[in-house]
Amino acid sequence: MALKHATPLIDELEKGPWPSFVSDVKRMAPKNPMCEDWLGVMELSYKEKEGHWKHGGIVGVLGYGGGIIGRYCDRPDLFPAIAHFHTVRINQPASKYYTTEVLRKLCDLWEPRGSGLTNMHGSTGDIVLLGTTTDNLEPLFYELTHELGMDLGGSGSNMRTPEGCLGMSRCEWACINTQDIIYDLTMEYQDALHRPMFPYKFKFKSSGCPCDCVAAIARSDCSIIGTWRDKIRIDQESVRAYAAGELTPHAGAGGTEKRKFDINAEVINLCPTKCMEWDGKNLKIWDEDCTRCMHCIRVMPRALRPGVDTGATILVGAKAPILEGAQMSSVVIPFIKMEPPYEEFKEFVEKMWDWWMENGKNRERLGETIQRLTLREFLKATDLTPDPRMVNTPRFNPYIFYDPAEVPGGWEHDAAAFRQRHQA
Amino acid sequence: MSEDAKSRIMEFVKTQKKSKLYFNDLCKAVPEIKMMQAKKIVNELVNEGQLKYWSSGSTTMYMLPSEGDVDKEEKGMN
Repeated sequence: MALKHATPLIDELEKGPWPSFVSDVKRMAPKNPMCEDWLGVMELSYKEKEGHWKHGGIVGVLGYGGGIIGRYCDRPDLFPAIAHFHTVRINQPASKYYTTEVLRKLCDLWEPRGSGLTNMHGSTGDIVLLGTTTDNLEPLFYELTHELGMDLGGSGSNMRTPEGCLGMSRCEWACINTQDIIYDLTMEYQDALHRPMFPYKFKFKSSGCPCDCVAAIARSDCSIIGTWRDKIRIDQESVRAYAAGELTPHAGAGGTEKRKFDINAEVINLCPTKCMEWDGKNLKIWDEDCTRCMHCIRVMPRALRPGVDTGATILVGAKAPILEGAQMSSVVIPFIKMEPPYEEFKEFVEKMWDWWMENGKNRERLGETIQRLTLREFLKATDLTPDPRMVNTPRFNPYIFYDPAEVPGGWEHDAAAFRQRHQA
Repeated sequence: MSEDAKSRIMEFVKTQKKSKLYFNDLCKAVPEIKMMQAKKIVNELVNEGQLKYWSSGSTTMYMLPSEGDVDKEEKGMN
């Protein structure tokens, strides 16, 4: 069937070896005029090298300040079917587990109420429904909540939909129950998720181990990353089996053949803190120097496992560039047990939010507020004690300014007396 | 207290030149109130229809309903 708009430029995107979203949209186009016009506006954007979407608006569902994002096309004369093309974010289940039945119902619900296009998944993990009109929003929301038991996700200056890795459901390295943490935070902070109150967006992400499969350290304002505080568990027999080529290293990730594994070259010499030693018979780890890079565990999973005294490291402040450049999050709580109902963690969260709300400028992420007002101020506000593990890089500035209140005995500076002794 | 705070916020909004205001801006009308508390008051104003949300997708702002009419917005008049 001939399409309404010729698309020679975006057709190029169908030619590579990868799945093409252009092909997907073309498949939908005969069923839905929104998809046809969407192809047209994409082609125009490629031709002119300019976007034709206006973003922002007052559309939403009653009682919610997030989850719906107004989108409009600035060429409704050419593409009337997508003059209004609002985005709907749906809070995904923890770790994105759902049945095919739920996915089918979701598609059945979405096709008559919008473009039928979905994005599985957005950056915060939300299921994103792309393109609908204002009159469809309330009915869609009603059916979503009443028939599927699903809710909208976060957008705007809200807490965003929290996201976690598969955690204990599938991963033997998970040190914390990421799914429970994400579900608990989602339920506890419903108000922050649906009704904006922050200077800008706020994201929680949780990874079960320091491999950090959801990239919490790079993408979330508050990263909850599983770790352990005892020793890496070592099965010396298995270490020797790896060395002898009886086991497949990297759990088969670099090829499934069994091969002799040079532990010195592939493990010991690659340890970032050089905290390991291999004498050909036994592996020794100085755990106090281990920074939980996970390399040794990843390459010899049968021989090494995380410890058993597990919990999480809490880091804050990651973000993509907006006001300031991109930054990774910084350690603020080196170890916390993270057991339900997570009271200790929530006390910290609420102090953190109070401080950010009082001090953050408009459109300033938490990491930028900390950068502007210093980590020291953040630690004071959240009642955390400074710890060497919070230091990313040794200081270059040799001057240390002490606050008299923080020095035992303190002191008072008499400026007038000083000037009597020193000329200005 | 809440009613007084609401009316001060609304007075503040009505005297501003900008049609859209950040939450931080609204809080300037009630400086003695903690922001967490101010958020609840602002939400009440939204629920009562005295204020409306405006969202770019990444940032949320607040406006008077007279400024934020969906029909006008969709006809490109806002």
